[in-house]
Amino acid sequence: MGLELYLDLLSQPCRAVYIFAKKNRIPFELRTVDLLKGQNHSDDFVQVNPLRKVPALKDGDFTLAESVAILLYLARKYEAPDHWYPQDLQARARVDEYLSWQHTALRMSCTRAMWQKMMFPVFLGQRVPPETLANTLAELDRCLQLLEDKFLKDQDFLAGPHISVADLVAITELMHPVSAGCDIFKSRPKLAAWRQRVEAAVGEDLFREAHAVLMKAKDLPPADTAVKERLKPLAQLFL
Amino acid sequence: MGLELYLDLLSQPCRAVYIFAKKNRIPFELRTVDLREGQHLSDAFAQVNPLQKVPVLKDGDFVLTESVAILLYLARKYKVPDHWYPQDPQACARVDEYLAWQHTALRRNCLRALWHKVMLPVFLGELVSPETLAATLAELDMALQFLQDKAFLTGPHISLADLVSCLHHAPVFKGRPKLAAWRQRVEAAVGEALFQEAHEVILKAKDSQPADPTLKQKMLPKVLAMIQ
Repeated sequence: MGLELYLDLLSQPCRAVYIFAKKNRIPFELRTVDLLKGQNHSDDFVQVNPLRKVPALKDGDFTLAESVAILLYLARKYEAPDHWYPQDLQARARVDEYLSWQHTALRMSCTRAMWQKMMFPVFLGQRVPPETLANTLAELDRCLQLLEDKFLKDQDFLAGPHISVADLVAITELMHPVSAGCDIFKSRPKLAAWRQRVEAAVGEDLFREAHAVLMKAKDLPPADTAVKERLKPLAQLFL
Repeated sequence: MGLELYLDLLSQPCRAVYIFAKKNRIPFELRTVDLREGQHLSDAFAQVNPLQKVPVLKDGDFVLTESVAILLYLARKYKVPDHWYPQDPQACARVDEYLAWQHTALRRNCLRALWHKVMLPVFLGELVSPETLAATLAELDMALQFLQDKAFLTGPHISLADLVSCLHHAPVFKGRPKLAAWRQRVEAAVGEALFQEAHEVILKAKDSQPADPTLKQKMLPKVLAMIQ
């Protein structure tokens, strides 16, 4: 059995891994793990990742969790072009810096924004207090400002003149609130231009393919009671 | 000007960077940024890091934030022994996996444990309910299952992963013998003297002077946001 990638394209980090693997023509078996259906709790999947999270990688007997770790493993094993994770010490440090910062910054606010604006009301039929949503969007705005000021600055991409794994991780995050109708690029021309460059570098078809599931999330039929119960603890994290 | 490291040893990621640099005899100028004095909020420090956080590395004109990025930069630039961040792809991936995971799991829980147990009551004069504290420590236990039966977090040798984990807090190790044993091994691998030196500040944290009211006002919202 060759490389297997356990993904749910609803999830931001899964999209980053998917795009990277496809873009670099890395041969893999896609194992879809539907989070909303609770497939991450199946006995089979728990063998792959006891933490029950996606993305997860299985390469022979070797299993690996955490999208950042997976991206770097793939980049090294399949000798992806240098710009994805540059050899240059300082350029690489810039990528590492972004990959580290985003865990507790952009990730949280993008996930919360998407869930509070869309998944709670539409899918779970749960009201989100307007103040909560307002706070979340304010925090998202703050992170986007940092993204522009600290990372992007006047560069073409987040870590320099070329696209890297940092850009993949970032763009897939930003598409999350976009799918919920948060027009974050509207008042941010710098970020909008960066987005265009990333999409062009990835390839529009692949970008669209990776985001198909996400963009259809708003059309999901409301969850039944069993699903709502099961998702309760997860949902609490996002409020 | 050579390598400068802006640190407050009160902060766990700063201790990780400090221990790593000292252990590997990396020459650097220590620039102490006293968080309890609010020095990270100063205009001078904002010039170094507009995010007002530590640790920060300054190597000539190159400024780098995020402890994980700093550790990796130092490991590569100073060509430290392989076990810290192995060349072997799978061993390396294990360290990457831990370094990624700990941001939102262990690190956050340790931070909360510290603030709930010590800093909020002592330094900022805010009391925390025993239930909140118990909940935090319970999460910590869950997070520590990563260790399993290995000598160190990601394998048989100490790596960056072991450094970024919270290593202080005697109350945390009580009743957790596996964890206590791991901590002993980390201390031995790092060297007792260096380990004690790095932890001096945090071990005295409970004797902190209460913050002055102006500083408290500035810090409390940021702290509460940080540990939510």
